[in-house]
Amino acid sequence: MFDFIVLIPLFPAFGAFLNGIYGVFRSNWADKPSHTIGIASIGLAFGLMLLLVYKMVSVPIVLLALVPALGAFLAFIFGYRWSDKLVSIIGVGSIGISFILSVLAFWKLIHLEPEARFIEVVFYKWMISGDLSLDIAFLLDPLSAVMILVVTGVGFLIHVYSVGYMHNDPSYPRFFAYLNLFVFFMLILVMANNFPMMFIGWEGVGLCSYLLIGFWFEDDYNAYAGNKAFIVNRIGDFGFLLGMFLIFVTFGSLNYKDVFETASRVLSYNGFTVTAITLLLFVGATGKSSQIPLYVWLPDAMAGPTPVSALIHAATMVTAGVYMVARCNALYTLAPISMAVVATIGALTAIFAASMGFAQRDIKRILAYSTISQLGYMFLGVGVAAFSAGIFHLVTHAFFKALLFLSAGSVIHAMGGEQDVMKMGGLKGHIKKTFIVSLVGTLAIAGAPGLSGFFSKDEILWQAYSSPYGSVFLWAIGVITAGMTAFYMFRWLFLIFFGEERMDHETKHHIHESPNVMLVPLYILAFLSIVGGYIGIPESLGGKNHFHHFLEPVTRYAYKIEGPHYSHALEYALMIVSVAVAFAGFAIAYICYVKNPSIPVKFAESYRNIYRWVYNKYFVDELYEFLFVKGTLNTCFGLKAFDEKGIDGAVNGTGKSLYWSSILTSKLQTGYIYHYVWGIVLGLLILLF
Amino acid sequence: MEGIQILSIVTFFPLVGVVALFFVDRENVVLQKTITLIVTTVTFILSLYLLIYFDPSRADFQFVERYKWIESIGAIYFLGIDGISLFLYLLTTFICPICILSAWAYIDKYVKEFLICMLVLEVGMLGTFCALDLLLFYIFWELMLIPMYFIIGVWGGPRRVYAAIKFVLYTLVGSVLMLVAIIFNYLYVASQTGEYTFDLLKWYQVLPPFSMQVWLFSAFALSFAIKVPMFPFHTWLPDAHVEAPTPGSVILAGILLKMGTYGFIRFAIGLYPHAAYFMTPLIIALAIIGIIYGALVSIVQPDVKKLVAFSSVSHLGAVMLGIFAMNIQGLEGAMYIMLGHGLSTGALFIIVGMLYERRHSRLIADYGGIAKSVPILAAFFSVTVLSSVGLPGLNGFVGEFLVFLGAFRVKPLWTILSATCVIFAACYLLWMYKRVMFGPITHEENKYMKDLDLREVLMMTPIVFLYVVMGVCPNYFLEKMHTSFDAFLKGYEKRIAINVYEQKVQPLALIRGGK
Repeated sequence: MFDFIVLIPLFPAFGAFLNGIYGVFRSNWADKPSHTIGIASIGLAFGLMLLLVYKMVSVPIVLLALVPALGAFLAFIFGYRWSDKLVSIIGVGSIGISFILSVLAFWKLIHLEPEARFIEVVFYKWMISGDLSLDIAFLLDPLSAVMILVVTGVGFLIHVYSVGYMHNDPSYPRFFAYLNLFVFFMLILVMANNFPMMFIGWEGVGLCSYLLIGFWFEDDYNAYAGNKAFIVNRIGDFGFLLGMFLIFVTFGSLNYKDVFETASRVLSYNGFTVTAITLLLFVGATGKSSQIPLYVWLPDAMAGPTPVSALIHAATMVTAGVYMVARCNALYTLAPISMAVVATIGALTAIFAASMGFAQRDIKRILAYSTISQLGYMFLGVGVAAFSAGIFHLVTHAFFKALLFLSAGSVIHAMGGEQDVMKMGGLKGHIKKTFIVSLVGTLAIAGAPGLSGFFSKDEILWQAYSSPYGSVFLWAIGVITAGMTAFYMFRWLFLIFFGEERMDHETKHHIHESPNVMLVPLYILAFLSIVGGYIGIPESLGGKNHFHHFLEPVTRYAYKIEGPHYSHALEYALMIVSVAVAFAGFAIAYICYVKNPSIPVKFAESYRNIYRWVYNKYFVDELYEFLFVKGTLNTCFGLKAFDEKGIDGAVNGTGKSLYWSSILTSKLQTGYIYHYVWGIVLGLLILLF
Repeated sequence: MEGIQILSIVTFFPLVGVVALFFVDRENVVLQKTITLIVTTVTFILSLYLLIYFDPSRADFQFVERYKWIESIGAIYFLGIDGISLFLYLLTTFICPICILSAWAYIDKYVKEFLICMLVLEVGMLGTFCALDLLLFYIFWELMLIPMYFIIGVWGGPRRVYAAIKFVLYTLVGSVLMLVAIIFNYLYVASQTGEYTFDLLKWYQVLPPFSMQVWLFSAFALSFAIKVPMFPFHTWLPDAHVEAPTPGSVILAGILLKMGTYGFIRFAIGLYPHAAYFMTPLIIALAIIGIIYGALVSIVQPDVKKLVAFSSVSHLGAVMLGIFAMNIQGLEGAMYIMLGHGLSTGALFIIVGMLYERRHSRLIADYGGIAKSVPILAAFFSVTVLSSVGLPGLNGFVGEFLVFLGAFRVKPLWTILSATCVIFAACYLLWMYKRVMFGPITHEENKYMKDLDLREVLMMTPIVFLYVVMGVCPNYFLEKMHTSFDAFLKGYEKRIAINVYEQKVQPLALIRGGK
């Protein structure tokens, strides 16, 4: 009945395949015959691929994928060219179908009993070697259902937005191919039923992130940023890989089911193995989700096109680490030390990144630091065993952060590519619609009561205080960060939309609102940012917290410790504190950037050193560059010299010494009889004595 | 498959091309190339017969052919394939037509001689993978050396003579020692069983005493280690690669290096298990040094070909690690890396060759930003780089995963060290890719570079197709290896349990011919 979920990731893969091939070859298909042959062979290859897939799953919906193939053939018969329009139809359409299928899957899932909501669909046997047996199999449970809805839903909106945003880009098909490929890998990541398959998605999304950050590769910086992202992620993946090995050695299996079900029997609470496994996996999470110490790639990742920043570097990929920790709750709850590490790293990243957001000038970089900070929140949540709260924040964050990024994209679009907030200002009169949705996003992330961010953030803060893994320190860091978040987000909003207009005359003249194809996704995301929180209203506020109950079966293998019980009154009190702090942040931002814009300037002047540190992100990048990049390169140069002089020198030395020794010995053969006689006499003498 | 001597047919089929080439006019270069292409393609198609009729449930050798050969010394003509050699054999037949295509424009002098060399080389390689008689194996093994020597020495780059001589002498040092070991073992087998034979299966029955095994193993291992190449015997490889023409590099990286690792499995470990067991720490240590060292040295190479050559040192180190992990994951992973490396590194060399044909430079600094002018080449290059980096979903990952998993079970700490190569692999390949392909175009000549033509696309497409197939459906390949590797491991474990440490040896007695 659930066999069709196999298709949810396959459709984006089809889209990526078709657009990718077209993108690569289209400049060679200028003339009609080669265009025809090219399309026909793609159609043929595609048809064969479908046939294979159909044989494996035998779900008639596979045939839906024939539509683009059919379209290609029709286009070829009637002499139409494969155009950008077709690219957008394939790109957006494939995600659209995935989204519809995801909704269907979700719908079917919630009609099952809560205990029965674990569906595994085996696609085929992937890798078998000795006692290792891995399937390509998909898992549909409440957690993955939520994730596929977010990925395909938000992904669909961002695809639609991209049609407008990437309009007229010379590499339009390539962009959609990459974006579809990303959705494919992300779906593999969240729907996998074993660790290596999750790792396929895990590395695959990293690849797409690399490709999309460096999408405009003509600029050296973009290519550099892409490389940095991939390599930093690889460091994390190294930890993940070792974590998997340790799991396999311990459990003899890498399937979630085998591992999580037996975790409490195989592993001892707070034992070395489980701590090592969870910490290694968490190394992977710090890379992918951009946490201390591997967060450095995300700000540079903003070099990619804005829809990419929204989809990959805000809404979906960077949350993979949170998803992974939530997925492995059965392991993490057995390792209190790892939990403490996760929560502490999360809290520290949250406050550290928020402080770096204070002094940035790039419209997207501010959002990037905000993303790092919000991801820290999510880790704080899952680190205190509030897994559903962490995932809840993941969902609401996907809405409002995608909204903020896309609004930023709309602003950049309006400003003709300008990204420096210091050169904006007073835009609210010019692009009113973008302003309204940005305001909604900012309110949501700042935690204005009633909006989605408020509910999810407060649940995390409350759990950070009340959970048996939590503490008042974690809570305090969280609350301070909430205030800082409100400050820098409103700073962002005020600098863009309020105050005097700081752009030059030429730019000002060209400011225009974005087309509807970009605005409609913004409206939908704004709507979701407002109401998204209502799926998880906490019980203390008279809600039912549907979200929490829906996710409850996921944590059934978790090791449970009883924590102290607190009254609702305390919960209210903490809630009021956090709202008050957030309001204070808003108020300071208002005073500094609307009321009296000279304050920040004065502050920067009088505390020049502090400002310099914050503005330069505490020189962490420079430190890493010096320690790791330079260190590695110097080692490499040293080894290269050693290889050429030392090892190869020895090899050639052997050859040379043979050569010289034979020259020497050949000298002995002089051809003079008396030399030889002397030799004989000498030899005789030696023999005699 | 009684009746059809398929292995002999496939192995010697390239000679048909050699004969045909003799009758073609020297000027008619296109016809010569076409004939060679057809012959190698037919060889490949014929070899698919093996894939179809291979019985994965049997652990012994299949498609066996056994004839009398040199009766006076007991050498027989003995061919056979099992799950260990099957895919290496097929990889060879698959790579060869692609090599011919890659030579199409690159080789512009003595075309006929070049093609003959390639065909003879193919015979040598195929024979090496299926010969089960030690003397026959040795002949095929040495047969490869001669055409390879000419390919590097005649059609190579500016320092081709130096590279060719270095390659031949270095390899010869190892193989001569191996020949001595083969003769020694031959005499020993005769002294034990009374039968003078080079039959590998009969040699398996005789376990030499430990002190003798160590020497014999060392001789074999040195020969194979040079071929692999293992650290510190690797320095011939960068030179040979840099100077060899594209098809030479492809064969060298794709097939020749695997002879070494294959030899370890089939001969060195198979014949001398106790010595292998004894030497394991040393070989694992060298393998791990090779993995990390190769990767680090590769990062700072200014020459793309040299960079890829050092990456081979790193990858082949991983293969050795997998083999000497001595468990099923390690061995199957090692085999998988061999296949994957054959494809992806072969393809890397083909792509470097394409760049060289266009710009006559292999230096990274001479490129930059060319993804703009050659998008198709950039696409194939990127997929190949990713496959070599070990991206899951492509072929490289499966092997790496299995090898490190297998090694982790035996030596967790060492594996942690060696698995850092996944980070370094990303560093050297992606950094190189970035400097070659991305950024602004800095050299005027690169602006109007010609993109791939149909021949080049046709050459790359099957390779890329196989990356995906091998990454997405590895089980199709792995399931054909299971039984053979299981049997290999069981045999190894059973045999090292036999006590051979107290047997006395009198080596001189063997040479004198008495017991």
